[in-house]
Amino acid sequence: MAETTPRPEQLIQIDYKPPKKDWQDPKVEFRKGTYCYSALPKNLEYLGLPNPREWQPYEEDWKLPPDWKEIILNGMKERLEKFRSFRLFMDICVRCGACADKCHFYIGSGDPKNMPVLRAELIRSIYRRYFTPAGKLFHGLAGGRELTVDVIKEWFYYFYQCSECRRCSVFCPYGIDTAEITMIGRELLNLIGCNINWVLEPAANCFRTGNHLGIQPHGFKDSIDFAVDELEEITGIRVDAPINRKGAEILFIVPSADYFGTPHYYTLLGYLMLFHEVGLDYTFSAYASEGGNFGLFNSHEMIKRLNAKIYAEAKRLGVKWIIGGECGHMWRVLHQYMNTMNGPADFLEEPVSPITGTRFENAKSTKMVHISEFTCDLIKNDRLKLDPSRNDHWNVTYHDSCNIARGLGLFEEPRYILRNVCRQFHEMPENTIREQSFCCGSGSGLGTDENLEMRLRGGLPRASAVKYVHEKYGVNVLTCMCAIDKATLPGLLEYWVPGVEVAGVHELLGNALVMKGEKERTTDLRGEPLLHTKETEAAHA
Amino acid sequence: MRILYSVIVVAAIAAAGLLAGQDAGGRAAVAIVIPYAAIAVFLLGLSYRVLVWARTPVPFRITVTCGEQKSLPWIRQARLENPSTALGALGRMALEVLLFRSLFRNTAAQLREGRLVYGESKFLWLGAIAFHYSFLMIFLRHLRFFLEPPPAFVLALQNIDGFLQIGAPGLYLTDIAILAALLYLLWRRVGDARIRYISLFTDYFALLLLIGIAATGVLMRYFIHGDLVPVKQIAMGLVTFSPAVPAGASPLFYSHLLLVSALLAYFPFSKLMHMGGVFLSPTRNLANNNRMKRHVNPWNYPVKVHTYEEWEEEFHDKIKAAGLPLERG
Repeated sequence: MAETTPRPEQLIQIDYKPPKKDWQDPKVEFRKGTYCYSALPKNLEYLGLPNPREWQPYEEDWKLPPDWKEIILNGMKERLEKFRSFRLFMDICVRCGACADKCHFYIGSGDPKNMPVLRAELIRSIYRRYFTPAGKLFHGLAGGRELTVDVIKEWFYYFYQCSECRRCSVFCPYGIDTAEITMIGRELLNLIGCNINWVLEPAANCFRTGNHLGIQPHGFKDSIDFAVDELEEITGIRVDAPINRKGAEILFIVPSADYFGTPHYYTLLGYLMLFHEVGLDYTFSAYASEGGNFGLFNSHEMIKRLNAKIYAEAKRLGVKWIIGGECGHMWRVLHQYMNTMNGPADFLEEPVSPITGTRFENAKSTKMVHISEFTCDLIKNDRLKLDPSRNDHWNVTYHDSCNIARGLGLFEEPRYILRNVCRQFHEMPENTIREQSFCCGSGSGLGTDENLEMRLRGGLPRASAVKYVHEKYGVNVLTCMCAIDKATLPGLLEYWVPGVEVAGVHELLGNALVMKGEKERTTDLRGEPLLHTKETEAAHA
Repeated sequence: MRILYSVIVVAAIAAAGLLAGQDAGGRAAVAIVIPYAAIAVFLLGLSYRVLVWARTPVPFRITVTCGEQKSLPWIRQARLENPSTALGALGRMALEVLLFRSLFRNTAAQLREGRLVYGESKFLWLGAIAFHYSFLMIFLRHLRFFLEPPPAFVLALQNIDGFLQIGAPGLYLTDIAILAALLYLLWRRVGDARIRYISLFTDYFALLLLIGIAATGVLMRYFIHGDLVPVKQIAMGLVTFSPAVPAGASPLFYSHLLLVSALLAYFPFSKLMHMGGVFLSPTRNLANNNRMKRHVNPWNYPVKVHTYEEWEEEFHDKIKAAGLPLERG
């Protein structure tokens, strides 16, 4: 943690009183800890994006192209004609303010421009000034603003202070979706080369190597092999984890953090155990070695460019259908964009579980099933032997990740699994879960260290709810199904609620899964002694 | 400042109406020319705006889901909060449009002694629903001016609305409700520092215009009674396209009429267009059946991708060394 990071008791002193300064004044101060660094030119060049150059947000001169204003206005015009969402959301907001205190960044910072309504007004004011008769005529009186370099800087600051979590949209009487506005805002900034590195480096990596972390095929193989070895140590069973195997029935896609990050890695172990136990005929792919899609945080075009490899690989390998692992924004893309952008997947078959025969009706067109749908069907049909007491050292709560909550509505499946694999489960307060779930504060490409203060602020509402169940019920693990959650929540909780760990749903499933022929399990997947083992040891001592 | 401008403009419109009522030319302008022009602007503007939205494509199906998806048969789906069929989406829209479902979710987040708490917050919903339904009721009641004989349902509505039977002419509940709701919404906009901070001229202007209309109407009905015969003649003249301006209507009526015309003409250029837009919002009016039914983007275009072949070529030796299968050996 950087020395400049304020302590929790300082950070929680939040002033919600709006400043004297009118919001229409675009000037922002790029204060250390509250913004992300610019994208390196090599990443823009690799992806063929406009205006690659050395620059930083805190510098006065952003080295914009000379015709930047024209580019932005033309870009707006084009998108107003292409997206009904964008045009409608520019037009119909009544500024009722219902969304204002729904944003985790507003709650955590008190900065009024983090109220979803004002975040949208930043671009809406430009829309009114240049695209509506009232604004062209009356400018400021009609709520219009001049497009200046300061407005661009303001956009950059606030569109990279929105994690596209869509919580505000749940409360909006017209369903205005700030994620949509932020996505378009970022697309526009992208046109003049104002990007952040934490989005574009993963995107460039993914384009080249197949995954965000830039892991090359041999590295991918090493990671998976390592997991297989480790599993053998824990369970005594050597599982098979094929890669790029043609003719497998199912292609399995995971976010790359699952095989390279902690605590994601334990979830990967859980998948491997599960697939072995039910004898699934599947394969990983080293080419489509990423389910996540940082294109979502850059532009619609980039989503499509990065997503294309999934169907292409399914076709090349000749699989019947696809399963996707635990990830949030990955599933937003798979569910709401993939089939439209890169479909139709008519070379695949409608997914049917080879173990239970269950037909996954809800995925019959996209042909991609969420791992939790697959697993809870196995449990329901009694195909898994589970010993939930192996998770007795965990007192569990569950965090609904933004995108699977508000982009799919996948609420019961993970809860069903959790209820079957652990014995202590407590929900967080109802205003903080399910469709009202709060973001980790680091979604949509904002999880970088230079942005730490803002992430801690944005994560406050989530952490606050965890603190409640930690103190009330003794909850000591927050489970979730999102790679960004798993990457950033541990640090967030360490800061706000020390003593609560973060785990994937399939990690806990792996702990509880009784495998045929396994040796006596004394540790969980993290290598921590199981509670009954601990008790036995204590009794012997 | 913004509210001051709005007060001035609305007061000026009201005053202009009063003044016009004093003079034959003014009366003709306010009772004939301006209403026709305003209605034309309203209808054309409204249709144009809705048409522009309607012809703008919906490239992606971006439903915001607020309940359990359609999943395995034994998992209970939230059919209205997360519809998977057109009928379900219609139900969801009905809840939104008729009951303001989403606004009803409203909560107020507060930081109390270092703890975040979320309290109930239903007043905005109550104010909004009271205003919209009162407005609808008042609009329907006004049909008695435009239709001869007034339809039975209009008379029935009048009876329901005036069931308290207080005073003469009888007090309408919706008259109280609309003024109370509008004043609450204005008070909230001015009194809540956060809402005041985000409010624009148009936000105050629309509210004040509506308050002006309601207030002049209430004044005429309950306090400064005027002759209703010429009012009915003017209204009938307007709808039968044989406009006439008989003398005798009170100046307050002209003020009321001018304010209504201003609202109509302003409508298509303003946020009041949410009336049409609410039906078209893609996060609400689409079924969440993305994985069941492919959504087509009319402008989907090919993009530059990194193909498997390019990938294999770049990493060929490493793939080989790792013992992974290759396409070209």
